[in-house]
Amino acid sequence: MQASTLTKTKHNSWGGGGAKPLDAAYGKLMMWFFIVSDALTFSGFLVSYGFSRFKNIDSWPIADEVFTHFPFLHGIDAPMYYVALMTFVLIFSSVTMVLAVDAGHNNDKNRVAFYMLLTIIGGAIFVGSQAWEWKNFIKGEYGAVEIQNGEILQFYNLEESKRIPIDEFAYSSQQDRVTHDDNVGIWYESEYKLPEITLDEVMTGFNNDLALTVRLEALDDRGQKIILSREEAEIKMSSATRVVKGANLIRNEYGNPLFADFFFFITGFHGFHVFSGVVINIIIFINVLLGTYEKRGHYDMVEKVGLYWHFVDLVWVFVFTFFYLV
Amino acid sequence: MAGHNHKLEIFRGRLKFKSNVQKIWGVLVFLSIITIVEVALGIIKPEILLNYFLGIKLINWIFIILTIVKAYYITWDFMHVRDEKPFLKNTIVLPLLILIPFLLFILLYEGSYIFNIMFDGLKAWNFDIY
Repeated sequence: MQASTLTKTKHNSWGGGGAKPLDAAYGKLMMWFFIVSDALTFSGFLVSYGFSRFKNIDSWPIADEVFTHFPFLHGIDAPMYYVALMTFVLIFSSVTMVLAVDAGHNNDKNRVAFYMLLTIIGGAIFVGSQAWEWKNFIKGEYGAVEIQNGEILQFYNLEESKRIPIDEFAYSSQQDRVTHDDNVGIWYESEYKLPEITLDEVMTGFNNDLALTVRLEALDDRGQKIILSREEAEIKMSSATRVVKGANLIRNEYGNPLFADFFFFITGFHGFHVFSGVVINIIIFINVLLGTYEKRGHYDMVEKVGLYWHFVDLVWVFVFTFFYLV
Repeated sequence: MAGHNHKLEIFRGRLKFKSNVQKIWGVLVFLSIITIVEVALGIIKPEILLNYFLGIKLINWIFIILTIVKAYYITWDFMHVRDEKPFLKNTIVLPLLILIPFLLFILLYEGSYIFNIMFDGLKAWNFDIY
């Protein structure tokens, strides 16, 4: 009874003894634990994307047809070139980061600062590119029509054997239907922004030009979208409910709504990581310039943000594969 | 940091660099080559690679394997896992190596199961006009 009160010990954190099983600084270890848990979060997202894709394996949108833009190349079909460029930018900023860490090991302040600056610039270019990618995705290119069962129909010209944007064949009519806002009318309800082209115009244009047909969401054996004959297309079109242009969380012109949802969520979450990485890099960069780490005698902080930055690059490698390539 | 002693060999000792900086550039060249191969395959899409192997197209197997190779070199050389003690290496890699394939298998299997149910089940899921 008495013994327990007598053997009071001082509270010391565990030093690990002389063995040093991990032999890493505390902060670096914690960064690694965070990275492992964050990696599991991202794999959860990517796996759920895979789940939805396997569930809709015969009708998933084809990434090559969705991401076809390249800056200053208007109207030229450039699948994947831009994302590949983004990948290079991010890998390169990863290299400058690891060079900064290496310079930190040699306590070379100027080189650390220089490479950190390059890393920040690379990260900023990447975030900007992603914003541009989102803009194109949201704006859309061809436009489509949604029918009663929620299916998306895209338009195809049989004579020229290529897809045709709705604004090229839609019959333009003057009308003054305006978007209903919540500040007019009796109850405070508004509606979605009206498409520039109405369903009537698309239907008239479609009926006038007999070369037009539709492409289904469904894929054939070779993984291409099924193109209907004119007669079948007319039956499908008779149940059209609305014009879809671009993408939002509810519907998109590319096909399955889940495709856009996962695109926004996963690339958005990754983009947020890049953004916060840039912010953290800027903070560390300022500290390097102020000489904080030079006074401290070591550049461990640069190594820690370096780990985070490489992790962001690592996640992008997987997002790139599963969203754009597979 | 393990005293800043970097292991300077990659490809199981077949390629040895003179300094850490040189190794970083070497790894960059290697990663770039892999990315270029991936993009080229994605654009060309060779006919022969569109055949299925274990439920996934051959080309997609190549993409997945190349991605894992890339991930290996990013973690091992950029994140310096190569220089860490085996205990720390295992602490980082083993949880991911066990949990991710587990999750992947369960959810992808479930996804294709649901696809089959909806594809040839007795109920109509798609209330089309036909």
